[in-house]
Amino acid sequence: MKIKPYGDTLNDGKVQVSFTLPIEKNQKGVAAAKEFAKSMGMIDPSVVHAESIENGFSFYIVYGSIVHSVDYDKIHVEEITTKSLSRKEIESLIENELGRDVVFVGASTGTDAHTVGIDAIMNMKGFAGHYGLERYKGIQAYNLGSQVLNEDFVRIALEKKADVLLVSQTVTQKDVHLKNLVELVELLEAEGLRDKIILIAGGARITHELAKELGYDAGFGPGSFAEDVATFAITELINKK
Amino acid sequence: MNKLNLSSEKIDRCRSLANTIAEDVQSFINKHSTVTVERTVLRLLGVDGVDEFGVPMPNKIVDDIVKNGDITLGSARYMAAALKNSSSGMEDFLTAYSANGFSICDYPLTTKAEVEPILKPYYEKHLDRIRANKKRREDYLQIYPRTKTDLYVIVATGNIDEDVIQAVAAAKAGADIIAVIRSTGQSLLDFVPYGKTTEGFGGTFATQENFRIMRNALDKVSEEEQRYIKLVNYASGLCMPEIACMGALERLDVLLNDSMYGIIFRDINMQRTFIDQYFSRLINAYSGIIINTGEDNYLTTSDAVTEAHTVLASQFINEAFAKKAHLGEELMGLGHAFEINPDIENGFLFELAQAQMAREIFPNAPLKYMPPTKHINGNIFRAYQQNTMFNMVTTMTDQTIHLLGMMTEAIHTPFISDRFLAIKNAKMIQKSMKDLGAEIEFKDGGIIKNRAEQVLDEALDLLYKINSDGLFASLEKGVFADTKRPIDGGKGLNGVFKKSDEYINIVSEKMEEFFNEN
Repeated sequence: MKIKPYGDTLNDGKVQVSFTLPIEKNQKGVAAAKEFAKSMGMIDPSVVHAESIENGFSFYIVYGSIVHSVDYDKIHVEEITTKSLSRKEIESLIENELGRDVVFVGASTGTDAHTVGIDAIMNMKGFAGHYGLERYKGIQAYNLGSQVLNEDFVRIALEKKADVLLVSQTVTQKDVHLKNLVELVELLEAEGLRDKIILIAGGARITHELAKELGYDAGFGPGSFAEDVATFAITELINKK
Repeated sequence: MNKLNLSSEKIDRCRSLANTIAEDVQSFINKHSTVTVERTVLRLLGVDGVDEFGVPMPNKIVDDIVKNGDITLGSARYMAAALKNSSSGMEDFLTAYSANGFSICDYPLTTKAEVEPILKPYYEKHLDRIRANKKRREDYLQIYPRTKTDLYVIVATGNIDEDVIQAVAAAKAGADIIAVIRSTGQSLLDFVPYGKTTEGFGGTFATQENFRIMRNALDKVSEEEQRYIKLVNYASGLCMPEIACMGALERLDVLLNDSMYGIIFRDINMQRTFIDQYFSRLINAYSGIIINTGEDNYLTTSDAVTEAHTVLASQFINEAFAKKAHLGEELMGLGHAFEINPDIENGFLFELAQAQMAREIFPNAPLKYMPPTKHINGNIFRAYQQNTMFNMVTTMTDQTIHLLGMMTEAIHTPFISDRFLAIKNAKMIQKSMKDLGAEIEFKDGGIIKNRAEQVLDEALDLLYKINSDGLFASLEKGVFADTKRPIDGGKGLNGVFKKSDEYINIVSEKMEEFFNEN
């Protein structure tokens, strides 16, 4: 099935895009914005708004119809197939199947100062009514906070005898988060730890597919909660037994 | 302005508890110093530059004293000895010291009494420069008067030249305050990088040269726009007083300087942080730099409804510490934030109550109000709406330093258009809703008044508790942001030492003298 974006009629291909050009706002700027839209694959682009940002920059909002379509049937996505369990179910799974406490160590690593993601998953209160891992019986959760160096992260993981490592990357500049995620995998491999632990990445721009590509066991993007992460990790630990 | 009818007796009790809490810590502070405090003293005597390996000279000298001398005497003792015994001045000494590899401890120490006359020309030169900067800022603010709310935006490209382009564009679009976000690892460095930098992660290194470059650019645009554009950077971290010193020398206007942020959010040792924040704030007070505190961060970690009182309690504590460092109320940019989940019924009313409460309890403080970040989910259109609600509360409650929310929060560091749209949003609200706050009163027994009263009550309870446990023990228990920090844990503890009876910090003495006279 071939699909296109939907405005108000099937396959009309309507999209909106906004961007800044490093030029003054004038007729030529508007024409340049239109040219951009065309080269992006938009038919009949219409520059609905153009405004000066001062100092030789101008801002444009453009609507148009995309010429391209996508064959939906050929799309393949790596998805986490396990269905998430509730906290109670996870707790009893730990008790019955593993019979010991499971250690999670998490951090926002590298230069990232944002702890929103890791806090939402790990801290007692959790996020949006979903309790964090600290609240789970049978889980020892250590949230190391932000700007943790990969070296320190691995060292503490060893000290705490971690079963599961959670790495959060929230804000990125020029894709520095990818380098950082890969570096951690390399460190763990060098220490002979990679196969002994479940390694999970999370963050605003993380997908399961990306995480797998980078050598992680799973990736969780926006809208994931502690029970999603815990279900995956505990199931994997049981499978590994 | 008193719309909430908050009990002034309760507010006074909070203040007096906070004062006792700070007093207890201050007596610890007064007996101690740290390596960054000692480096700051050297900087204010004119020690600057790096050696051939890129080590900043203040670090080189303090490390030398730690290794070969007695740091508990203070770096000023050693510097006085060196300057007394070398015929030439500071610059020649530094050149020789950097090149020849001798120890500063090789010089015979002078008496404590000799330190002041020897060092006088050196510290006076820098203190004069700081006072001249303060005067220049005051002159600017005299010619270009301000409105009651300053729009604050952030630039964070990593490259100071690119930052200048973005800062100038933002100023021209209406921003009043520009913050240059630091490269995110910087708060944990136990030195301040040197010189101009064009590479950083998630921000640009705070260096004295970068401060100077941005200040020059903003002075130029201030004159073009007939509006004084303030410059912000971040003192929090392992080098609080050094950054305060550089900010003073290069006329920064605002510095993030929280008495507890480093402890809670950067796992910096609490003894280190308390000592550093004091000298750092003393310099801020001397240079007329507004401090910004970081209570807003509590709410990104903890729940903004149930933990609102921790923000208020912490503001009282930050205020008490600020007073100990001679900061006037007009320099206390206490922080708070709009972080309640927008899905909560009447959440907007709670935000309004809390913002009004902060305004009434700290009427003369240039309050720093932070935009929503925690419940921003990548839907930029929803984020724009949340920011609009935030802007409304800001305008209705006369917040002073208004950090603009970006619709691309948690996606990337702001694009030029993100910042532009944010400024337009705030400006429209400021204009269209200008006097709404003055027009409305709140209902007795209504949601807003009750909410404010409740937060104040809870803050008072918490302050009682912190006072009886002591602040060190309270932080160990995780009283703020659900984060527990051991008194001997965290980074930077090995840079803390007890002052000897023969210790002298000549700069700190001179500043204290200045405040006692004025």
